[in-house]
Amino acid sequence: MDLNLIWFVLVGVLIAGYAVLDGFDLGVGALSLLARTREERDLHVAAIAPVWDGNEVWLLTGGGALFAAFPAVYATVFSGLYLALVLVLVALIARAVSLEFRHQLEGSRWVRAWDVAYGVGSLLPSLLFGVAVGNVLRGLPIGPGLEWRGSFLGLLNPYAILVGLVSLALFVMQGALYLRLRAEGALEARMARAALWAWGAFVALFAAATGWSFAASPYLFARLGTPLVLALVAVLAVALAAVPVLTRAGKAGLAFLASSVVIVAGILTVAANLFPVIVPSSLGAAHALTAYNAASSPRTLATMLVVALTGMPLVIGYTVFAYRVFRGKARVAASYGADDATAATNAAA
Amino acid sequence: MDALFLARLQFAVTIGFHFIFPPITIGLAWMVTVSEWLGWRRQDAEYVRLARLLGRLLAVTFAVGVATGVVMEFQFGTNWARYSTFVGDIFGAPLAAEGVFAFFLESTFMGLYLFGRERLSKRMHWFSALMVAVGSTLSAFWIIVANSWQQTPAGFKVVDLPGGGQRAELTSFAEAVFNPSTLPRYLHVVTAALVTGAFVVAGVSAWHVLRSRAAGWARKGLRLGVAWGLVFSVLEAMPFGHLHAQQVARTQPAKFAALEGLYTSQASNAPMVLFGVPFQSAGGPPELAAKVEIPGLLSWFAFGDFNAPVKGIADFPVDERPPLWLTFVSFHNMVLLGTWFIAIMAFATFRAFTGRLHESPWVLKALVASIPLPVAACELGWVAAEVGRQPWIVHPGVQADGAPFAGLRTAVAHSTAVGGGEILTSLLLFGAIYAGLGALWLFLMIRKTRLAAEPIPAA
Repeated sequence: MDLNLIWFVLVGVLIAGYAVLDGFDLGVGALSLLARTREERDLHVAAIAPVWDGNEVWLLTGGGALFAAFPAVYATVFSGLYLALVLVLVALIARAVSLEFRHQLEGSRWVRAWDVAYGVGSLLPSLLFGVAVGNVLRGLPIGPGLEWRGSFLGLLNPYAILVGLVSLALFVMQGALYLRLRAEGALEARMARAALWAWGAFVALFAAATGWSFAASPYLFARLGTPLVLALVAVLAVALAAVPVLTRAGKAGLAFLASSVVIVAGILTVAANLFPVIVPSSLGAAHALTAYNAASSPRTLATMLVVALTGMPLVIGYTVFAYRVFRGKARVAASYGADDATAATNAAA
Repeated sequence: MDALFLARLQFAVTIGFHFIFPPITIGLAWMVTVSEWLGWRRQDAEYVRLARLLGRLLAVTFAVGVATGVVMEFQFGTNWARYSTFVGDIFGAPLAAEGVFAFFLESTFMGLYLFGRERLSKRMHWFSALMVAVGSTLSAFWIIVANSWQQTPAGFKVVDLPGGGQRAELTSFAEAVFNPSTLPRYLHVVTAALVTGAFVVAGVSAWHVLRSRAAGWARKGLRLGVAWGLVFSVLEAMPFGHLHAQQVARTQPAKFAALEGLYTSQASNAPMVLFGVPFQSAGGPPELAAKVEIPGLLSWFAFGDFNAPVKGIADFPVDERPPLWLTFVSFHNMVLLGTWFIAIMAFATFRAFTGRLHESPWVLKALVASIPLPVAACELGWVAAEVGRQPWIVHPGVQADGAPFAGLRTAVAHSTAVGGGEILTSLLLFGAIYAGLGALWLFLMIRKTRLAAEPIPAA
């Protein structure tokens, strides 16, 4: 096992960690657009408020790790996907500040405006991350010397949009299962139903995308017959089949776990088939960015491995601690954000 | 429009706006930690009340800092792809380390601190505040490491890539991390953040003391902010500012000459310019009008010897000089503000010792008016550091094997795949969003400060 393979796996793990964790709070945000009352929207926010920020750090660390381990991928792909990435960043800014700003004033128009920003700011990245993945899986227009030869509108092709819908359905399922854990009463029951709907949509879209991939992305099936890929596909299939069963049986925690396994197994399956390719080139296999031609020097990879092995166990430790502190049903009143004076007004009213 | 110019403008706008928030976050996080500690250990509800107000200011500031920081993490790849390819082997590691060692810590414990008051023990709740402060301070370390490597690269060698082009490869992580400018710059920047936090606490408290002298929590905040503010304002200049300036004199002589306004080389007794207006007539050498200077002082400050020679800007090739006006003006205004910080905090501390601070409306008003000034000083310092580094995106230096490194010019480091129209689109988008965010942030900070005057309702 060489350092390049280890970092290929580690970047995959960071992406999977991000998709599992921010996946649920992006999903909750997208679902908040369907919430029926102010109280329900408050609860959508309260359920993720203490933890969403830590989840987004997975994205930042993933970006940093990609820069450190595979700088050519970081440079070529991010500059190539320029406007798409700017859209994602704008959406993430909208989500971050609306979570903080929405409870600062009591006016209903103020809250409503931030709720829309929060919902759209969550929906858009859920979709666009998938669109980006779809484009990568098709192969990006990378020519000799890692040069980008594509255009923004070329990114909005039907296959990539289909993969975008797959990721949206997946995050909505993940979000609904999480919110079900943290909500009570009518909302809890509705989230169970929403999860089943999202599951149905995901299965249909995922099947369509898989079928299309045979034509659009032959790289995805390069190792189909190997034991590793067969095992990952089996895990994916079992977890996917378990989601609706566990959801109907009222096992909310296990259903969320199964949905998380679907995400991780899905990402690892793609990674196992692609390796050593990170980004296929649509202009010829020789131009693909791989874990070898796009990598940093062995010394940097080794140094970063030490950083990851010392730092990540700590991170996982206190992340688990934080989730334990905030487990159980969310209460809107527990939000720190109600100013003392605002609380006074509420108490008087 | 010119893609290079737009990429630089966008970087300046996005980093300039982002950099408003981290110093306040770091400074306030430490002030919250201290107030929570005093409130907890002394069972003093007034300190807890102060901490709650500061915690709310911290939360809003942190949120905007995070939102605008995400842009920075990706902008090297989106807009500076050739730079990223050249430095990725070295520059990416500190950014990743920031996430692993600092940002996870800061974000996770921020959630625990803000939402955990009722769910955690007092000890654990205080510890959460401390971890936010530690995380934000570590975060600054890794960012300064990355930026300092651009200023004084070390621990690397330049190698040819098989596909054409070159890149800098790591030879020693320790040397790259602790390159010659890391520690002087880190101490200078973190102390600046502590000064910033102290001025927020002192100013916000002064505003409440002016409104109601009976506000015990505000009087405590005032004393805390003023004492902390004096200590760190002094440390900021001496020794940390001084050590940083000496390091620039040693490692980046062109930047040093531009900062100090030394345009003609001096064999000894180089003067320190206190005031001047840089200008350059067409074709002529750069000059300084209306100059006020102290003979010999620059030689002594920079090298500890009145007889030390200091090289002037005229002796550097024209295409290796930083923009003179902006570098000089931002640096000198930063120094001016730093002097004000020491003066106002020293006077306020004197008043506090004689027990008359809250009866001194002019001092209190001056403290309120000074709240934004440390942020301005941080921005000016950053402009001086970054504009002074030009025309280099990676400053020339020496490779690990002793061979000279010619530097990487900013002009050849931007993404070739991104056109001017695309950058203009994103620049207008970020500009509009940031203008709105800045106004909202300011509005909320002022509102939260005002509301703290209302009585706390019984739970």
